[in-house]
Amino acid sequence: MSAPGTWQFCSRLLRRQLLLAVRRPIDIANPLLFFAIVVVLFPLGLGPEPEKLAGFAPGVLWITALLSNLLTSDSVFRSDFDDGSLEQLLLAPQPLYLSVLAYIGAHWLTTGLLLAIVSPLFAVMLNLPVAALGTLVVSLLLGTAVLSLLGAIGAALTVGLKRGGMLISLLILPLYMPALIFGSAAVQAAVSGVQAVPYLAILGAMLCLAIALAPLAVAAGLRISIDA
Amino acid sequence: MYFDSLQSLLTMDGHGVYVWTAYLVTIAVIAATLLAPRYRRKRLLRQLAAELKRAKGVPGAARTREQY
Amino acid sequence: MWSFFHKLGSPPWLYAISCVILRWLLPVTLIALAVGMVWGLLFTSPDFRQGNSYRIIYIHVPAAVVALAGYYLMALAGAINLIWRMKMADVAMKAAAPVGAAFTFIALFTGAIWGKPTWGTWWVWDARITSMLILLFLYLGVVALYEAFENKEAAGKACAVLSLVGMVNIPIIYKSVDWWYSLHQPASIKFTGDSTIDSSMLYPLLLMIASFYALFACCLLLNMRVELLQREARTQWVKKLVSEAGTH
Repeated sequence: MSAPGTWQFCSRLLRRQLLLAVRRPIDIANPLLFFAIVVVLFPLGLGPEPEKLAGFAPGVLWITALLSNLLTSDSVFRSDFDDGSLEQLLLAPQPLYLSVLAYIGAHWLTTGLLLAIVSPLFAVMLNLPVAALGTLVVSLLLGTAVLSLLGAIGAALTVGLKRGGMLISLLILPLYMPALIFGSAAVQAAVSGVQAVPYLAILGAMLCLAIALAPLAVAAGLRISIDA
Repeated sequence: MYFDSLQSLLTMDGHGVYVWTAYLVTIAVIAATLLAPRYRRKRLLRQLAAELKRAKGVPGAARTREQY
Repeated sequence: MWSFFHKLGSPPWLYAISCVILRWLLPVTLIALAVGMVWGLLFTSPDFRQGNSYRIIYIHVPAAVVALAGYYLMALAGAINLIWRMKMADVAMKAAAPVGAAFTFIALFTGAIWGKPTWGTWWVWDARITSMLILLFLYLGVVALYEAFENKEAAGKACAVLSLVGMVNIPIIYKSVDWWYSLHQPASIKFTGDSTIDSSMLYPLLLMIASFYALFACCLLLNMRVELLQREARTQWVKKLVSEAGTH
């Protein structure tokens, strides 16, 4: 029996990760619940005036999505590291670059995509103008993909550490900042009626760069963590 | 020299506080960055020397302990 | 030529030659720093708009330049260790991290102090200061990652990967923050004033930049020497060094 081809392998890997995620729905719901609760925190902290909330809404929504993504990024590789399947993955003949993309793809499908879909509900609660909702969803779709890719780098570097914890946040939050800047700027632009497409295009460019380069760093990080 | 007196050098038309604080803190940080490794090196050498002595089992030291 | 790289990989040789280098580099650096600071403080005329607080440029800009260059050096050293497994490059990377963080702190602190008389507030979220702050977090991330690993060889490789990722991201981060700042503050006063800087102000600035580079090199070598001793504590040449130091 010959080894499966690369695409077959990666699609099986993707399906496996999705199945594992779906079997524990609470893990999928957690970031969404976190997003919801933190969005509620902002009116409580800032006051309920609609204009003020609307002014802060793009940033608040984006920062909250970023933090939710941060919380889940640690677990991308952890369970497979703990039971040794990650080591097997490193020994497999299929290129690690693509296998890693399968893991990250599954992560995005179960966190970022859902966040983007759910975000209009909370945007409305924060008084974001309806015209900006579409831009919000698209910016979150692109942006959370970038965040998943960058978060995986931090996850790969810290997966072997016993007391990783807050360290991953310190490592990847600086990398998250450009996506945040352009993501919330896109929504701001849509709110003020200006064309948001340039900002979304820059987000798209970041995504392309991240898809091209991040798996290299993730693969290197995984090898280092496993060899340690 | 731009300043005529020590007084004007220190106050710099009201900006003196900022300029001097910035310069003094910078000098302090530079000094710390230069001196810290030297201190660590000396401490490490002392530590390693003590370990070496213990490993060799210097007879003089053992005798002094017995004399008590 | 290859024998040079071979020697570079030898800890006792590096230790010995760093001693020789520091013997002249350290005094030269300190003199250059003193000359530059005195020149900037006393012998240049103040900026037309910013007055005497402009003098902070002579430490803020050199610190910022060297902080950024230091990160690139750290990333490069890490890459050399990753690719060619040169342990001395790993030593250089580890030694560079806290030094770079210190310079970034100087740049941040002087930048904030400079902001007060210029713009009235202790902290301004302008592009350069914000980028410096992010650079500080990148440095601290490398230090924290190194400390978190128990296996120091893996720690060096992980930090190499992290600093390479940071190196790729620094231009992106800087451009994003720069753009973000221009979006929210259209009329921005640049710290260095107009594009033409007077030559009487330029020369002390260049001297300070050069002496800060030299200072970074000194701090780096000092830190590398300690790191070398620590790593090689069980070897013959260190034991000989220790016993010789003891008898002096």
